[in-house]
Amino acid sequence: MTDILIHALLVILMPPLLLGVIGKTKAAFAGRVGPSYFQHYYDLAKLIRKGTVISDTTTWIFTAGPVITLAATLVAALLLPLGNHAAPIAFAGDMVLFAYLFALGRFFTTLAALDTGSSFEGMGAAREATFACLAEPALFFALITLSRMSGTLSLSPMMTNLSVSLWFSSGAALLLLIGGLFIVLLAENCRIPFDDPTTHLELTMVHEVMVLDHSGPAFAYILYGAAMKLFVMGAFFINIALPLKSGNAMLDWGIFILLMLGLAVAIGVVESIMARLRLVRIPQMLVAACILSGFSMLLILR
Amino acid sequence: MDIFADQLLVFVMLINFVVLGSSRMTMAIRAVAVQGVVLGLLPGIIHHFSWHLVAITVGIILAKGVIIPWLLFRAMDRIQIKREVEPFIGYVSTLIIGAVTTALAFVFAAKLPLAPEHQGLLFVPASIATMMTGFLTLTTRRKAISQVIGYLILENGIFIFGLLLTTAMPVMVEAGALLDLLVGIFVMGIVINHISNEFSSIDTSRLTALKE
Repeated sequence: MTDILIHALLVILMPPLLLGVIGKTKAAFAGRVGPSYFQHYYDLAKLIRKGTVISDTTTWIFTAGPVITLAATLVAALLLPLGNHAAPIAFAGDMVLFAYLFALGRFFTTLAALDTGSSFEGMGAAREATFACLAEPALFFALITLSRMSGTLSLSPMMTNLSVSLWFSSGAALLLLIGGLFIVLLAENCRIPFDDPTTHLELTMVHEVMVLDHSGPAFAYILYGAAMKLFVMGAFFINIALPLKSGNAMLDWGIFILLMLGLAVAIGVVESIMARLRLVRIPQMLVAACILSGFSMLLILR
Repeated sequence: MDIFADQLLVFVMLINFVVLGSSRMTMAIRAVAVQGVVLGLLPGIIHHFSWHLVAITVGIILAKGVIIPWLLFRAMDRIQIKREVEPFIGYVSTLIIGAVTTALAFVFAAKLPLAPEHQGLLFVPASIATMMTGFLTLTTRRKAISQVIGYLILENGIFIFGLLLTTAMPVMVEAGALLDLLVGIFVMGIVINHISNEFSSIDTSRLTALKE
């Protein structure tokens, strides 16, 4: 019971903090003080209190989009085990639901963008859909590999089965897997080098351009949903990359939180030392991610 | 030790993909150099220590990791070519073909009647996959210097296969093969230089057309 409570609390409270840590890391690299760790909580609180402007040309999809995306991400967060603890909801085959909840959220984000009728947003939606097509096989190859390793189709036993000893026996496959997954993590969450979350130049951005017309609480849901997606995919990555176990339930939660903060710092470092890729190079990187995780599947199936 | 060898072979296969996906010559040459060094380390891992093994390891690392890349870089400098402009098949497509051939190499290797002690190892699939990568690079790139890189990868694939066949390679055979390779690369460097002097381009697809 306490585990479920901690799980829910972490999922609800922690995501904006990760963005804050990424921001602080980037600021430290640039020699600035940077915004506070809690800046994204303030931003969300401010947006929630604001009014909303809705274009006359839009339909209910425009208002439903952010809510559905946030809800889908929340459900996905409940399916994924955090650290060494089983997820609140687990059943055979939930890994497919996990992958497609993200697809559902993305579908409604792109649909809401198309609903505005703005050519810029349509362009962003087209890009997002293209990149998602290429990132999805990588994620599924990874899920098949993990499912083969653990012999189950459910995320909870799949993730808790991973351990440090597994890293010694099939290290090569796991290394390829996390290489591919890290690319997918950065691409799906619109981080540099795939997309610049801070840019506001319509021609170069992917995700930000789709949400230009949203304002007020709807925009807050989008930002919160994006942060939560980063949290969930980051937790998925951490579970595979560093399956550290102490045996003590409370200590495991502490380790998990520390690892997540470490991941945020790592993402901040990547964003600080890399330039944004040219748009034509992004599909190439995503195909490389597919090949990495497909290759790891090959090594496991052999 | 075999697990460690498998890890190195996975690394070798990843380098194949780097070569297939990169458009910059410098990147490809460096990748092949790293691949050569990794392959040089392999005999030392799978066989027991002996002085002639040390000689082979040092020879391979020197030839494949230092001298051949140096020759290639020199050729690259002389002809002023920085990148492959237009391969016959695009980079993403070659990457995917490379992935498919690697997968087929695994399938094929599983069907081969191998000696029982070689059955579970990665050597045979890695060797076939590397050879296929070499073929792909040789056939899909236009610039003569990329084709030399493809030839080198092809040779690396054959070398991996050779690791299996002999428990201890005779020094003379290995040295002979290395010498052949060195001379081959040296001659190709000169030939590339001549092609670029003669035709002011090293695009090999133009060599098929006759003209005054």
